[in-house]
Amino acid sequence: MLDRKMLRDFLGMRIQAIAIALVIAGGVSVQLLSSGLVTSLEETRRAYYERNLMADVWAPVVRAPQGVIDSLRQIAGVQAIEGRLRFGIRIDMPASQGPVLGEVISIPESHEPSVNRLHVSMGRLPANGRRDEAVVLKRFAEAHRIGPGDKISFIIRGRQVQVMVTGLVMSPEHVYAIAPGELVPDEKRFGVLWMNERALSELAGWEGAFNEAVLRLSRGASVSGVLGRLDSELAVYGAVGAFDRSDHVSDAFVSSEVDQLRTLGRVVPPVFLGVGAVLVYVVISRLVMVQRPAIGLLKAYGYSDREVLMHFLKLVGLIGSLGLLTGVLLGIWFGREMARLYIRYYDFPFLLFRAAVSDYVVVGAVSALSVLGAGLLAVRASVALNPADAMTPPPPPDYSKAAGIAITRARWIDQQTRMILRQIIRWPGRALVTVGGIAASLALLLSVLVMMDGMERMIASYFSEANRYDAVVTLTEARGPTALHDVRRVPGVLAAEPFRVVTATLRSGPSTERVALIGTSPDSELARLIDSAGKEVRPPPSGLVLSDDLARKLKTGPGDTIELQITEGRRPNEPVEVAALARTYLGSAVLMDITELNRIMGEGAVISGAYLKTDAAQEDRLRTELVQAPGVATVSFLGPAEDRLRALMDENIGVSLTVFALFAAMIALGVVYNSVRISFTERQRELASLRVLGFSKVAVSYILLGEVALLTLLAVPSGIGAGCLLSMYFAEAMGSELFRLPLAFVPATMATASLIVMGTVVLSGLIVRQRIDKIDMVEALKSA
Amino acid sequence: MSRNVREKETQACFDIRGLRRVYGKGPAAVEALRGVDLKIPERELIVILGPSGSGKSTFLNIVGGLDKATAGEVLFRGLDLSKASSTELTEYRRRNVGFVFQFYNLMPSLTAWENVALITEIADAPLAPEDALALVGLSDRMDHFPAQLSGGEQQRVAIARAVAKQPTVMLCDEPTGALDSATGVKVLEALLDVNRSIGATTLIITHNAGVAEIADRVVVFADGKVRETRVNQAPINPRDVTW
Repeated sequence: MLDRKMLRDFLGMRIQAIAIALVIAGGVSVQLLSSGLVTSLEETRRAYYERNLMADVWAPVVRAPQGVIDSLRQIAGVQAIEGRLRFGIRIDMPASQGPVLGEVISIPESHEPSVNRLHVSMGRLPANGRRDEAVVLKRFAEAHRIGPGDKISFIIRGRQVQVMVTGLVMSPEHVYAIAPGELVPDEKRFGVLWMNERALSELAGWEGAFNEAVLRLSRGASVSGVLGRLDSELAVYGAVGAFDRSDHVSDAFVSSEVDQLRTLGRVVPPVFLGVGAVLVYVVISRLVMVQRPAIGLLKAYGYSDREVLMHFLKLVGLIGSLGLLTGVLLGIWFGREMARLYIRYYDFPFLLFRAAVSDYVVVGAVSALSVLGAGLLAVRASVALNPADAMTPPPPPDYSKAAGIAITRARWIDQQTRMILRQIIRWPGRALVTVGGIAASLALLLSVLVMMDGMERMIASYFSEANRYDAVVTLTEARGPTALHDVRRVPGVLAAEPFRVVTATLRSGPSTERVALIGTSPDSELARLIDSAGKEVRPPPSGLVLSDDLARKLKTGPGDTIELQITEGRRPNEPVEVAALARTYLGSAVLMDITELNRIMGEGAVISGAYLKTDAAQEDRLRTELVQAPGVATVSFLGPAEDRLRALMDENIGVSLTVFALFAAMIALGVVYNSVRISFTERQRELASLRVLGFSKVAVSYILLGEVALLTLLAVPSGIGAGCLLSMYFAEAMGSELFRLPLAFVPATMATASLIVMGTVVLSGLIVRQRIDKIDMVEALKSA
Repeated sequence: MSRNVREKETQACFDIRGLRRVYGKGPAAVEALRGVDLKIPERELIVILGPSGSGKSTFLNIVGGLDKATAGEVLFRGLDLSKASSTELTEYRRRNVGFVFQFYNLMPSLTAWENVALITEIADAPLAPEDALALVGLSDRMDHFPAQLSGGEQQRVAIARAVAKQPTVMLCDEPTGALDSATGVKVLEALLDVNRSIGATTLIITHNAGVAEIADRVVVFADGKVRETRVNQAPINPRDVTW
């Protein structure tokens, strides 16, 4: 019978219960989404890497004899090693937009690769001994409608070659298949081919040699130890520095995504569950208050404290379960959508959203604990009342203390406004819950919008302020000044500025960082660095400009001298001064004067490539010409890169933003609706009396909704403050080597977030307003 | 001699004809008023008697513009309340009616003065709140909250609130129902004073037949009809009411 009463109570407060359940569902779904996606991504990555023997370490060299591999295999901690060939190529795509740059990688013939095994998703690997067969990266092949049996021709080291495609493959190294120097994968513009080792070495004239060693390490091996040994053993072969997965672009992108999901899961669910718990407390306290006489009666008839307590906790449990179930379903649905989105950018053979059992257990336990805990707190005191006390109604509220506050005594305030003020002062805890809930909702929403602004700012900074070139061309090897003239002569090139890039290691005390050191001319107009004050930083005659993220990692600053170890050419090593710091949001930067860099390198006045200002009308032709020009390794246009980056963010973040805004609105709705609804129930008689006394519906609504409006006005500044703090935390926690989110607090964004939250408040107000319109005046006069 | 009876020569404040009120539908329908015809002259103090369920509260609610008749006419100075819209009824209550309820219905968050000011702020030609409170003898309790006042004091605040707007009609539903006799007398005295000083037509519903002695006119309800109307030739002072 008590259960039937519980169900009736539940139905009687169903809208409130649903509002609370939705808030809980918000927390549960984000928690499940983030932990489930982390589990899915990590598990998928782990399984994929393990099955396909993903390398732990890459060690590129200029050229080394295959025999060296055997001696490297002896390094402690090396479990497997392959020496392979990897060359930049130019692929001719007859039907499509002209030639495309890419790379070709060798696969061993004599044995199954012990590192970086390919995943064949269609067709087969090249047959043993075949020199005219190749497999193609699936994503690239699909973008160009290439399939097994098709022919592809490409140019490698100046030689035109034609091969037959035998299969489409995926590679654990190419999960995030991104061309060198690009920000976003472009499956149309970057192709990867794999050929038999002998075939490739003959084509390139590299028999018996390799230019990249890939290694798998045994469990517990010292990565830094192995990297150090590799560098020293391979130095004579032109090693530019071995690196591990953390410096591997594809893997770093996946890790960065995982980190972001973790941050999301750490911050957002506690906010939701906290608000949900407070709502449970407030609403159940109120219910218990209303039901005091019923509780007294139950106890008078002999129900124990425990039974009465359980009765109310069951109600709480029902609300909690509703939230949990909705949240789990929402989380799974959203997780699947996100997984579908990921698979478009991350090239895993499979990616299923599958949260671990432990994820469900944690979500269930955390939400149960917070909700039931809040319920217990709300019910405990009333259940302990003795029956006689419980059956007498609680004394009428005494407002004499609330009136002591001067403002409520002011004569110029009208009586309705006075009632609003006294109500707030009389029940400060309740007002605090409303203010806190609205502020939390606003903070969440704002932090998401600020992140969006930050991304906009990041893109603007990279593409419009710092890099003002339209395209960048890199050469297969450093060449003399004539190369620049050649580039300048290409039709459509309006201006060209040279740069030199070398791989280097920076050391400052115990900290080391592998970097790409760029030399530019001090009067460069096309590629610039900007400091934190927004001023341009030009490379000094001597010394380095460091991006501030690198400076932080190296624990160094302007005026310090650090050690520069260049890992190419004659591998010069010399101390340099950190002359200035610059701020970069996308990637890091180390800049010096090109003349100074060439002096250090001792190879004469050479360049690695050029930044170009181009004629937009001739872009397509220019691209074809540049790609076909001899000695060109990569050509990338900034405009399309910016478009792709925006598309990626819009898609990925657009979805999250919408869901986030909805969830934030859910908090506002849950808090405001419940608070107004409780206030309405408690003051129904008062409001009805006012209607009887001749107050219009609008005037009566003002007393109820004016309170929420006032509290909302109080909540907005604190919500904006909290939102800014939360944004700072998000920016800090989500930043990675790949990007850092600038904090951009734009007034318009704050206004937008505030307006959305206020809109939600108005909506909740309107729902309750309907009840004011239907208020029964006669009924309200009958009882005390 | 009766105080306000000028039956023949004055226009009726309320002219009620064939008033019926049915709650619910079909077999469950309850007929609270079954055809009430009544003329209530201006400025009189009228006591309505009758047992529970006789329809007197329903009658008062309809006359007060809180409820609508199922059939019949309720003419207030020529305005037919039974055809008025919800907004018109709100306006009617605001301009013309002063209510006094059994349970006072004061705003707990406002002091006595503020409770009265609540109404004077929306009235056309109100008394000052302090004057209205003086009229009911509460000048020294103006700054007290309802929780700090006795039942009788609260009811007198309610009367001051009703009086302050200088209403045409005062409608009182069991104004002494929750009070002991000594306090009840004070409340009745206050109502009588108000009736005299501002000349508002006053309707008092009560269970207490003794209270009828103070009225100019007594209306007795039974089974949803007016059973009897009598003019009281010699109204007595509330202090002399046998409680």
